[in-house]
Amino acid sequence: MNVEVPELQAIADRIVAQAKAGEQIEAYVGRGGETSVRVYEGELEHFVSAQSDGVGIRVVKDGRTGSAYAGTLAESAIAEVLAEARDNVQFGTQDEFAGLAMPDGVEPVPQKFWDDDLANYPTASNVDLTKDLERRALAADARVRSESANYDDGWGETAFATTTGIRTSGRANSCYVSVVTLADDGDETQTGFGFSVGDSPKDFDLDKAAREAADRATRLLGATKPATKRTTIVLDPYVTSQFISVLSSAFNGENVSKGRSIFADRLGEQVAVPFFTLVDDPTNKLAYTATDIDGEGLAARRNVLIQDGVLQMFVHSSYSARRMNTVSTGNATRGGFAGSPGVGCLAMQVTPGAKSQAELIASVGEGVLIQEVSGLHSGVNPISGDFSTGASGMTIVNGAVGAPIREFTIGSTLQRMLQDIIAIGNDVDWLPMRAAGLSLVIADVTISGS
Amino acid sequence: MSNNHSLLVEPDVLSRVLARGKSTGAEFSEVFVEDKRSTSAGLDDGKIEQVSSGRDRGAGIRVVKGETTGFAHTSDLSEKGLLAAAEAAAAAASRGGGGVNAVALNAVVRHPVNAIEKWPDEIAKRDKVAILQRVDSAARAVHRAIVQVSAGYGDSRKRILIANSDGVLAADEQVRTLLRVSVVASGDGGMQTGFQSLGHTIGFEVFDQNDVEELARSAAQQAVTKLSARPAPSGSLPVVIKHGSGGVLFHEACGHGLEADIISKGASVYKDKRGELVASPLVTLIDDGTMTAEWGAIGIDDEGHPSQRNVLIQDGVLTDYMWDYLRARKEGRRQSGNGRRQSYQHLPMVRMTNTFVLNGPHDPNAIVRDTKNGVYVAKLGGGQVDTASGDFVFGMTEAYLIENGEITEPLRDGNLIGNGPQVLRDIDLLGNDFAMGNPGTCGKDGQGVPVGDGQPTLRVKSLTIGGTAA
Repeated sequence: MNVEVPELQAIADRIVAQAKAGEQIEAYVGRGGETSVRVYEGELEHFVSAQSDGVGIRVVKDGRTGSAYAGTLAESAIAEVLAEARDNVQFGTQDEFAGLAMPDGVEPVPQKFWDDDLANYPTASNVDLTKDLERRALAADARVRSESANYDDGWGETAFATTTGIRTSGRANSCYVSVVTLADDGDETQTGFGFSVGDSPKDFDLDKAAREAADRATRLLGATKPATKRTTIVLDPYVTSQFISVLSSAFNGENVSKGRSIFADRLGEQVAVPFFTLVDDPTNKLAYTATDIDGEGLAARRNVLIQDGVLQMFVHSSYSARRMNTVSTGNATRGGFAGSPGVGCLAMQVTPGAKSQAELIASVGEGVLIQEVSGLHSGVNPISGDFSTGASGMTIVNGAVGAPIREFTIGSTLQRMLQDIIAIGNDVDWLPMRAAGLSLVIADVTISGS
Repeated sequence: MSNNHSLLVEPDVLSRVLARGKSTGAEFSEVFVEDKRSTSAGLDDGKIEQVSSGRDRGAGIRVVKGETTGFAHTSDLSEKGLLAAAEAAAAAASRGGGGVNAVALNAVVRHPVNAIEKWPDEIAKRDKVAILQRVDSAARAVHRAIVQVSAGYGDSRKRILIANSDGVLAADEQVRTLLRVSVVASGDGGMQTGFQSLGHTIGFEVFDQNDVEELARSAAQQAVTKLSARPAPSGSLPVVIKHGSGGVLFHEACGHGLEADIISKGASVYKDKRGELVASPLVTLIDDGTMTAEWGAIGIDDEGHPSQRNVLIQDGVLTDYMWDYLRARKEGRRQSGNGRRQSYQHLPMVRMTNTFVLNGPHDPNAIVRDTKNGVYVAKLGGGQVDTASGDFVFGMTEAYLIENGEITEPLRDGNLIGNGPQVLRDIDLLGNDFAMGNPGTCGKDGQGVPVGDGQPTLRVKSLTIGGTAA
């Protein structure tokens, strides 16, 4: 860990030191802050400056688990949280696999998560920067109006300790800007957005964010509804990232052990086309969700999920690993001090192919370029594999991008889509999501329209 | 336990904090104080995984100067902590200016909430986890194809106190109890899922009034039925939506587009449409925060104003939008009790409460009989809308083919897609069997708030079904 937070670590250590005989205790202590700026039509609409802190405690005794949290670090509240977590233990069912993670000797890969330039960035500058972003988006196209331009940054410090000997603390900060645009043509209005992320505001590419926001809003003006058909689709990197994220739960070891994964019995089998390789690598600093430790305090690590189309492994927390008689892969997830550990992929990436998106479109000839999807949470069932989402994009005609289309769905199953991939782009985009984006070409997908 | 009659912060402290908020010349300041205790328990794979307790307590302070809102929050409810947050919010809203305003608060207004019979924090945790075990047993007993059951129980008791520099002083106590169950069934064609939930703004008596075994069996039956489901058709077809399952259609197809903050930025297809026919004359759409015990019911909204029943669309004609206090104040009109926020750490926005369509004239059975070929949707999942274009999607998680006026084969999951204004016009049959639906969480601008919805059985002349069958 490159930066320690002794003050929080001391709180976590003190909690864990109170463990009684036969009791495992885990303490997760966090503190953080955020700045949020929103600009609308050149005026500062809101400015949020906020800090929060809290503690979450898990207690395991005789194979039973209880937990509690409070959104404060006041001493009296911490004592209450520990008492509540202990009281909750008795209501859990005895589970031979329950327990905290054990140190496994894997060293975290050092990464830089804190940027002093961001920490020292003056307030007035982020307001000016946000106004500048809005102006650039408006200047990009005469048909564009603003819905809002935003600057957001956040910092967090966490400390973690367990009676099993895991002890770690660290801090991180990050920032991003985004702009939401509207474009009108007669009665029709379409929405667009653009964003840029960075370690500090110096990294922002405002022009790119502005251009993309203007382009997304204007490109769909005049779009029509396509006819229902089976066709080849090219997923834009932004869409591929969401598609891969949805697939994540199929690799979740806990889901596998409880019979909730489409991949449950398929280890070693060809689940995707032979040129498809998928890794989960939170040690890659380029990934937006890169991290050095997982939600149980173990080192995050590089895991190859699918190699040349063959399913290699599932990802595990210590709990799911014990259920399946294996070891943690450093994939415990956690939603802050109020949450308990789950399992998940941390930073997924498809190994890129050789062609640009333009080359892929040329090779497809006839099809559809999918630039946005909606309703992934409602239309994709990761347990059955059924896949159906709303979509918009462009027709592909004679190997080139044609006219805009909207108000249609794309449908298949997750299992089939992996076998129907026909090409992978070289246009890796490290988007602010759990998976990197790139262009992906998938054959034989049903488009439902008029 | 909390005392119902004391305030979270004393009125004289609130007055001083509000005055500090206005000290840089702002025209409005507001304090929102919250103290929430919650319990959750999860069952999975036949085991109670864990019981968890939570405590969230703090205040959010909002200061408005000109077009700018400054906001800060703190978990320190002492006068010192509140004053520091008020200064941060004032500084955020302003760069300069000055002047001190005294703030006089009105007498505290308490609004009648649902009569709570069994406060969740007075119920033994053992009784709470017992509900989950009943759910597990009932679901597993439905069919040997049931391979997995997970269930979640959650309750919360939240006290809120709101004071603002216009003199508003209001308090409320909000109780919520929730149960959800997910079931996986396995068959020759793979796995299928079923889901049901139950949530009300009352205490543990919700389980005296509702049959949890029946809820579990319904989720299990849904999963088992889908094992023999065929891929949903693709393309445009008439769609009949079962009563109590499709309120999310209106939430997405027009509810969000009727929120005044979205209207004021010209980001809604319903902008400048008041007084116009925007839906089939069969449709009367209501948003009602006073609906006792429903998931979106609130005594007061999170800006301190009583919730109310608002008619949004009357016989197809758009009558009004939904308003928060600040926007209404600017326009010189009444707020509508729709200013809501996820917690003290969030700014309030215009949000729905319980959104529903009133009964129409038609017999629900006749609606199916009158549909030669189409899709019958018995349960909808979540949805999403682009308010500017009106395009929306929502998921169908239990659906059947309609062939020659009869409900026949079950269909696999998929999304439906439509355009809000078009779908509202295309509602050609509306049943007389109104029912409220499942509890929902509405997401907007990164904040989730509990909402309810409901409708009678209805038919949409044509919707695009996102199936995989060519």
